[in-house]
Parts: sequence; structure tokens; C-alpha cells
Amino acid sequence: MILNVEELKFLYKNRAVLESVALEVNHGEIVAILGPNGVGKTTLLKCLNRILKPKSGHIYLDGAEVGSLDTVEIARRAGYVPQRVETGRLTAFDAVLLGRRPHIKWDVSPHDLSIVDAVFTRLSMEHLRLSYIDEMSGGELQKIAIARALVQEPRILLLDEPTSSLDLKNQVEILSTIHGIVREHGIAAVMTMHDLNQAFRYADRFIFLKNGRIHFQGDRNSVTEEVIEEVYGLPVIMGTIEGITCIMPGCPSAGMVHQEN
Amino acid sequence: MHLADGKAPADYLCYIKSKILCICAGIVLVFLLLIISISVGAVSIPPGEVVLTLLGQNVNSKWDAIIWNIRLPQALTAIVAGVGLSVAGVAMQSILRNPLGSPFTLGISNAGAFGAAISVIILGTGQMHSTIANAVTINNPYTTTIMAFIFCMIATGIILMISRIRGSSPEVMVLTGVALSSLFTAGTMFLQYFASDTQLAAVVFWTFGDVSRANWPELGLMTVLVSLSTIYFLSNRWNYNAIDAGTETAKGLGVNVERIRLVGMTIAALITAVIVAFLGVIGFVGLVCPHMVRRIIGDDQRFLIPGSCVMGGILLLASDTVARLIVAPYVLPVAVLTAFMGAPAFIYLIIRGYHR
Repeated sequence: MILNVEELKFLYKNRAVLESVALEVNHGEIVAILGPNGVGKTTLLKCLNRILKPKSGHIYLDGAEVGSLDTVEIARRAGYVPQRVETGRLTAFDAVLLGRRPHIKWDVSPHDLSIVDAVFTRLSMEHLRLSYIDEMSGGELQKIAIARALVQEPRILLLDEPTSSLDLKNQVEILSTIHGIVREHGIAAVMTMHDLNQAFRYADRFIFLKNGRIHFQGDRNSVTEEVIEEVYGLPVIMGTIEGITCIMPGCPSAGMVHQEN
Repeated sequence: MHLADGKAPADYLCYIKSKILCICAGIVLVFLLLIISISVGAVSIPPGEVVLTLLGQNVNSKWDAIIWNIRLPQALTAIVAGVGLSVAGVAMQSILRNPLGSPFTLGISNAGAFGAAISVIILGTGQMHSTIANAVTINNPYTTTIMAFIFCMIATGIILMISRIRGSSPEVMVLTGVALSSLFTAGTMFLQYFASDTQLAAVVFWTFGDVSRANWPELGLMTVLVSLSTIYFLSNRWNYNAIDAGTETAKGLGVNVERIRLVGMTIAALITAVIVAFLGVIGFVGLVCPHMVRRIIGDDQRFLIPGSCVMGGILLLASDTVARLIVAPYVLPVAVLTAFMGAPAFIYLIIRGYHR
């Protein structure tokens, strides 16, 4: 087990955003945090590496209580990819090299440079090494942010909507890359997502949040149409196309457009 | 996780080397400018003799006196003040996440001017008799300097206090700075309204930043402070890079963003306060030098911080040299020239765009 959360509670201005959250993440596993907007998915993710400090509860990262680790020690264990990536006049190589910050003493070593180089090769973006990130597309920037988290050599990746600004091809590319790396290196990934279809395709387990609590968690086979309806307040149809689970909004409610024959 | 070892790519190392070369070229330029700056003036001294004198050989005792007592301290003050204002500017731009950040964003220069106004008008420490240079009689220069410094630190203290209460977010700092600027400006105007002509002139004259005001001990104090601050900012270059990549990214990388902001702001304010108190207000350098460097070698703080130091030294020293020559035999205060020199160069860099 790489991550263990017990009885997590988070308050925002005395209002409970998260309550009694408990979850476990194992090596080589991808966990998707799902739920409607504003339910606390991002808050939960940020509590995991103490970007936000929870009111109470315990989070064990690789066996150590997160609250007792110093910030650099947390950054060596958990790589965080935020929703929004800032740009600047930096080369992609320098932007990714920043991910070595938790390991750098005074200056970068040849070892740091070689790790960055290896990640560029692994994500097949060698050609972007010396491109400036302020001239890059959203998809390329997202890959840079993921590469930055990977060079931290983390044991767990925390990704906040990694595919929200990407086109279909980039979504598939990034999620399958994350999937590959998690399996290959036996690390773990926790990601918040909106796209249920992509979540079902790439994640191993699903945590549905509702009203600040975990409403349901389980694997692909245990999630039902009812669970999704309860969480999102919208009926859905689940089915499989060529062995891939697909979820679509179901029964027409107000505002649905009908095709006239 | 362990990644298969790649290798340090040659093209990247080459790219890094070009940035280092750029900064070294700047340092050489500072030395050349220093020689030129010392050699020109009412009495011109050949550059060769300047070098010999600086190396400790007594070429001519009159030149010796001019160089060691007047021109060298003035030129070195220009370099130190330029480095200090510029490095404070680059730090403020990162801390405030705002390209318009500068050492004066926090209202420190206005606070210093208010302190000087109180000293001159209420405590009666200065008057101005005619409009030629050095006609300002500051009866007690130390009182004026100390008052300016005290008010700079009051402004800093207020911002620190508010940051403690509301958190050190860029918005809080910028808005507080704007409020303080207006407050101190209003205070200065109030005092000026009741001042006599000569006092009014002395206050206005004090605000024209001038690097010839500092003597050796003051220069020594500024040098120590600016050196220590620059070392602090350089040692935090990765943290500033992380903050530039976004607050959340920085926190994810283990950076204590609030503390870095608070300490960085305090140090930048301290440098500014000391420079303003000794020399008066020298605008533009802190805002523009970092941007000039950004356009030449990019936003990477590893090179931006030393680059800005060098550029600050170049701009202020060049401005001061020109200020001493342009309307000779009159000597302009350097503050008048920094914008004259810097603005065209800056506009050129904006039009040219980034260097590839």
C-alpha cells in the first residue's frame, strides 16, 4: 500500500468540504476521483500532499504520516500536476528540470540532467527539449507538467484533471502514457476527472464523492448506473462497445434535443 | 521510481553555456564602463592612467585624489545601487507574480520621500539656495537619511503586518503598496504646501536620486547589504523558478511559498530603503533591468538574477557617466538620466521581441 487515508476532514471557513474520507491506493494502481463540480475532488487531491492542510485525519504516504514529513520530503514522494500550467520564457528542458528541485542541493548534477533527458525520451518529446514553453500548445504544456512530476521520481502521481484542456488524441496519449508508467515502475496515480469514459478506460478503481463524503468506491465491475445517477443527479446508460465500457447521459430530461424523423 | 539513465544532452549544455557567456560579457562591460566613467569629467584622465591608479600606482597625485575621493566612490555607488535595485526588482516581479513589480511597488520610495520631507520641513534640516548642483544645504544630512530610512521601514512594517493578517498573497502586497504610496504622497504634499520656498526646493531636490551623495563608509554599508541580499536571492533561484511556474506547482515541489514571499519581500524592501535613504529616489532601474534581461536570456531565474545584477550595474553606471557629461559643467542627478537612457533601450527590446 502506497497511500492510506483515514478519517480525513477538511474545513473551508468553518464549512466542512470533506468529511470522513478514507481510502487506500496500492502500487501499480490508478485511482480516479469522480463527482460533480465543487464536490471537493481537487481539495481532496491537494490534501494528499499537504498543499492544503486538513482539519483532522491521517494520511500515510509510503508508510510515513504526511503531517510529520517536511515539504521537500513530501515532494520526493508525491508528484503533483495542477490543473493550470503557467508559462514563461523557459525551454521545455528547464521547465522539466525544475521537477528535480526537491533533490537539488545547490546546483543541478549530471544525474539530474540525465533523468530529465530520460523522461523526455520516455514521453517521446525529445524534439521539444529546447522549445520555449510560452510558444507551446495546451497539450504540449500538459505533457511538460506531467514530465516535471515524473522527474521528481515520485512514488505516487497526483493529477488534477490531466486531460481537461486536451483534444481526443492528446487525452488518449497522455492517459495511456500515465497508465504505462504506473504499471512499468510500480508507482501509483490518483487523478480527478470529469470524463467518465476516459476514467473507465484507464483507471483501476473509482472513488465517487458526493456532499463532501465518499459515496461509493470500487472497481470497474462494481460501478452501476444507479451509483452514477445518485452522484451526478442524472440518469445514465452504461454499455460496452468492442469491450470498452461506455457511459452516456440517459433518459431525455428537460432541454434534450430530439431528432425528428 | 527509477528512470533508466539518459545523458545530459549536448545541445542543452551548449544553450546553457551561451547564457553564461552572455552574463560574463556583461561583467566585462561593467569593468570597461567603470574605467570610462572614471576617466571622463571636468578633468579628463586617460583610461590607461586610471587603470594604473586603481592598481595602486601613484601616477599623478592630483589625479589620485580625484579618482580615489570623487570618481571611484561615485562609480562604485552607481554599480552597487544599480545591482541592488535591479535584484530587488527581479525578486519583486517573481514574488508579486506581476511584471510591473519593482522595488517601488510597495510604496517604499514615497515613504522615503515623506521621511525626508519631515526632516527638512518640520525638523528644519535643509534648505536650497540656488539651482546649481550641490546648492542644497542639508544642515544635518544624517537626520534626513535616518528619517527617510525610518519611514521606508515603517512602510515595510505595515505591509508585513498586513501580510501576516491576510496572508502574503501578491494581491494583498500590491494593493497595500498602492495604498501606502498614495498615503505617503499625500503626506508629502501636505508638508510641501506649508513649506517655505527654500525648504520646498530642498525636498524636491532630495528626491532626485544622485549617486554622488554617498561617501566610502556609506558605500561600504550598501555593498555589504546588496552582496548578502544577492547571495540570498541566488540561493533561492530554484524557489523563484518554482513560484514562477505557479503557486500550486511550487507547493507540489515542496516550496514554502508564503515564507519565500515574505522573506524575499522584506529583503527587497530593506535594500530599497537603504538605497533610497542614502541616494534619493532612482526609478526605472528596478522595473526595467529585469525585463531587459528577460528579453535577452529568458525567464530562468538561474540566469535572470545574475543577469539583472549585471544589467542594473551597467544601466546606472552608464546613466551616471552621461549625466556628468551631458550638460557639463553642470552635473545632472542620475535619476533624471536612468529613464532617458533606459526607456529607448527598453522600447527597442520590446519591439524586437525575444532573442532566439
